[in-house]
Amino acid sequence: MRFIDEYRDQRIAQGLAAEIRQRVTRSWVLMEICGGQTHTLMRYGIDELLPPQVELVHGPGCPVCVTPLEMVDKAIEIASRPGVAFVSYGDMLRVPGSRSDLFHVKAGGGDVRVVYSPLDALKIARAHPERQVVFFGIGFETTAPANAMAVWHARREGLRNFSMLVSHVLVPPAIRLLLGSPHNRVQGFIAPGHVCTVMGYREYEALSYDFRVPIVVGGFEPLDLLEAIAMLVAQLEDGRAEAENQYVRSVTYPGNRSAQRIMEEVFEVGDRKWRGIGFIPHSGLRLRPEFAAHDAEKVFDLGALSAEEPVECISAQVLQGLRKPVDCPAFGRRCTPETPLGAPMVSAEGACAAYYQYRRHVATS
Amino acid sequence: MCLAVPGKILDVKECNGSRIARVQFGGVTREAYLDFVPDAAVGDYVMVHVGFAISRVDSEEAERTYRLLESLSLLEGEGLTPAEDASAE
Ligand code: SF4
Repeated sequence: MRFIDEYRDQRIAQGLAAEIRQRVTRSWVLMEICGGQTHTLMRYGIDELLPPQVELVHGPGCPVCVTPLEMVDKAIEIASRPGVAFVSYGDMLRVPGSRSDLFHVKAGGGDVRVVYSPLDALKIARAHPERQVVFFGIGFETTAPANAMAVWHARREGLRNFSMLVSHVLVPPAIRLLLGSPHNRVQGFIAPGHVCTVMGYREYEALSYDFRVPIVVGGFEPLDLLEAIAMLVAQLEDGRAEAENQYVRSVTYPGNRSAQRIMEEVFEVGDRKWRGIGFIPHSGLRLRPEFAAHDAEKVFDLGALSAEEPVECISAQVLQGLRKPVDCPAFGRRCTPETPLGAPMVSAEGACAAYYQYRRHVATS
Repeated sequence: MCLAVPGKILDVKECNGSRIARVQFGGVTREAYLDFVPDAAVGDYVMVHVGFAISRVDSEEAERTYRLLESLSLLEGEGLTPAEDASAE
């Protein structure tokens, strides 16, 4: 496929890896934010192609992984009610809540459906006026415009039986939190290319400036990531700290204005809790009051739910790049993709699942 | 979750004020809404995420990047084959 196959060329990958080897004179810790990038790095063994001085740690960029336990419990509570069709992206079904997961609700006869696009949830609502259709609106800035569009259409059409349980998160506040932490080890970031396709990289320029840290917007294919790493290493070796764009075929500096406009019209910025990390101010999106009729938290009376993470799971440290999945005592033993204890083992983009799937536990244990 | 895949626009129709394209990804064809890429036209490549095109792929930039990368590839070798999916066994 065009724009994919050419970015998997082995010869070029070797050339890039050689360039990184030539440039590097000391140790650097780099973080990719996005779980999709974590998955590519593991799948193509890019970590093993790099010189030992370049260490990759994996960031909190898996929306499934950071959706707070309370939200998963709310989803389960809504999905269990009679007359509700609960609609979600597939990955959320197996994420453990504090007592159950959506998959069990479905297996027990609940109307839980998986869709590819939020517009499919709208179609279900139009076709089933007798059901309350609730869509689980999760994701980063990449997904927010599509979810916003679904709510916008529902309001325009006066669809009274469509609402969204919104748990959107924003990337820059999380990076700011990581960089401000006294435990931070990360010296350079690969910024998420599809988030930046929507948002541009103005915000990353500000982060780079404020914390004097190089940030390179990177794509998702092996060569994209190797080039982004080469650009970061070059900046670090030169003593520069700039925001650069490797993913020029999709990302522009201002981003996609049409997508930003619909996000701004439907959502507003609010505080949000991240699973494993905790409360981060101004790090999420919620529906604006004009869309309250489509806000599942307002439509359903849920009360206050609070929940505790299983103590064994060290996902908090994994999601902040402080420890690797293989450092977790449960990894590959009590916690596997079949019986996940924490969210990073559920989604294919979670660091724990990516390590497990590509046998990093065999290589290291 | 943030995956977006590049595909080629085969045709475009108008429906309820939205432009909807048939987009080809390798052997598969899917619908994608073009609300966020008002300039995209038949023959263009777009990045599609959860049913919406979020950018028009800039093919000139793509080619420039690729030629630059190619000029670096002085070495031959193996090492970039996708790993086996251990869980598929
Ligand atoms: S391996 Fe499982 S228990 Fe350990 S951090 Fe990852 S998700 Fe949590």
